[in-house]
Amino acid sequence: MKKIKYTEITPEKIYIKRRDFIKKLGLSTSSLMIGQNFLNNAYASSNSLEPTEYRYISTYNNYYEFGTRKSDPVEKSQDFKTEPWNIKIDGEVENEINISALEINNMFESEERIYRLRCVEGWSMVIPWLGFSLSKLLDKAKPNNKAKFVEFISVYDPVQMPGQKYPILQWPYREGLRIDEAMHPLTTLVTGLYGKKLPNQNGAPLRLIVPWKYGFKSAKAIVNIKLVEKMPTSSWMRSSPREYGFYSNVNPNVDHPRWSQASERVIGSGILSERIPTQMFNGYGDEVANLYSGMDLKKYF
Amino acid sequence: MIKYFKPFVFILCLWPLGIIILDIYYNNLGAEPVKKIMNHFGEWTLIFICLTLTMSPLKRITNLSFWIKFRRMLGLFVFFYATVHLLTYVGLDYRFDWDPIINDVLKKKYIFIGFSAWLLLIPLAITSSQKMIKILGRNWKNLHRLVYVIAIFGSLHYIWLSKTIFFKPLVYTLIIVVLLALRIKIKKRDVNYG
Repeated sequence: MKKIKYTEITPEKIYIKRRDFIKKLGLSTSSLMIGQNFLNNAYASSNSLEPTEYRYISTYNNYYEFGTRKSDPVEKSQDFKTEPWNIKIDGEVENEINISALEINNMFESEERIYRLRCVEGWSMVIPWLGFSLSKLLDKAKPNNKAKFVEFISVYDPVQMPGQKYPILQWPYREGLRIDEAMHPLTTLVTGLYGKKLPNQNGAPLRLIVPWKYGFKSAKAIVNIKLVEKMPTSSWMRSSPREYGFYSNVNPNVDHPRWSQASERVIGSGILSERIPTQMFNGYGDEVANLYSGMDLKKYF
Repeated sequence: MIKYFKPFVFILCLWPLGIIILDIYYNNLGAEPVKKIMNHFGEWTLIFICLTLTMSPLKRITNLSFWIKFRRMLGLFVFFYATVHLLTYVGLDYRFDWDPIINDVLKKKYIFIGFSAWLLLIPLAITSSQKMIKILGRNWKNLHRLVYVIAIFGSLHYIWLSKTIFFKPLVYTLIIVVLLALRIKIKKRDVNYG
């Protein structure tokens, strides 16, 4: 696997300058693209989302497969093999798919999507991902009418992933979404970061991003996407059902039983910067609130 | 001998404060500096609790009263680092925004127990002087047994704030349990040997 050297990464300041330059020309990326992508970028720019520095995004990670310290993923994932990589889409589908990460990259064009990421621990980043709506891939598999939920199963490889030698969570890592959440255009299959290939510590080669949910809902290094009839039990639900629910939508009004979710620390903002209030659905309420109309979000946390 | 040793240990005890100042100066605190500072002082509070609790078992084991002369200083450093830890949370993290702080103290068990531990440290710090030992007499020893409660509260505080079962909080808990268990044994021996 070709490693990305730090020198190949666009320094954050130049990256932002380039984006400003494009904006000033009136050629924002959104105006070049169509449909949902336009909405995504329009939304992003209206909230003036300034991406977190690459060095933080790529060194401050929760990825317990490589260890529970924030620095473990970057330190222990550099030799992790992501080629070849196969991903299976099966279960309640008409058209079972077995596809390599390479084929996915060729089949679907990735676009830049700048989303907030809110960790259940109470910190947040703004991350310029490369990816495409998961629905595009799911459509190819043609979910049948029994498909009510989608389960995401991450890779199990304790030889390469030292954290999996310990029963911190049930391995392999499992996550799940309701089918309408999975088909929502904001739900992104991520292939890259900051205009480059996705670093191993961020979940290469393929990971999910569900920007209105706490970060742990966005499974990394996915090998299997299963469409299922019954609500799947995620690794975190199994670990502590009282604390981690199936939905796990970002919600400042529903605390984690042991700590508050009302505010968050912004990564990279420095020692003297204040906490910011956490937004309902992480600020994506306009797009996703209708998925939960009539639901008691305290009960379905 | 002890005359020269004590100032040396005192300066050594300031080391955790020193490194964090250097880290702030060199901007070396990483992605979440406030959390790092808070965790740093919290962990050092636990370390000093363990050190303080080690002194009297050491005295028994080595038969040297030398160790006990450091106990008060180490105990006061527990209070010092616990206070800095608390101030980081109240001042640096929450900017003295009392509503969420009071809410946390009352509703979140790890903050409740951590804050309780700090409150319990106050009478111990106040009564740490030679004069107070004389005034309180036998009661002094009973009062200062509160440190056992404080130690347990401290380790629970660490366990409860962790996302899931982590190694480090369990290690501190184990050390504290062993240090407290040593005392039970010592007591029995006291009885046996009169």
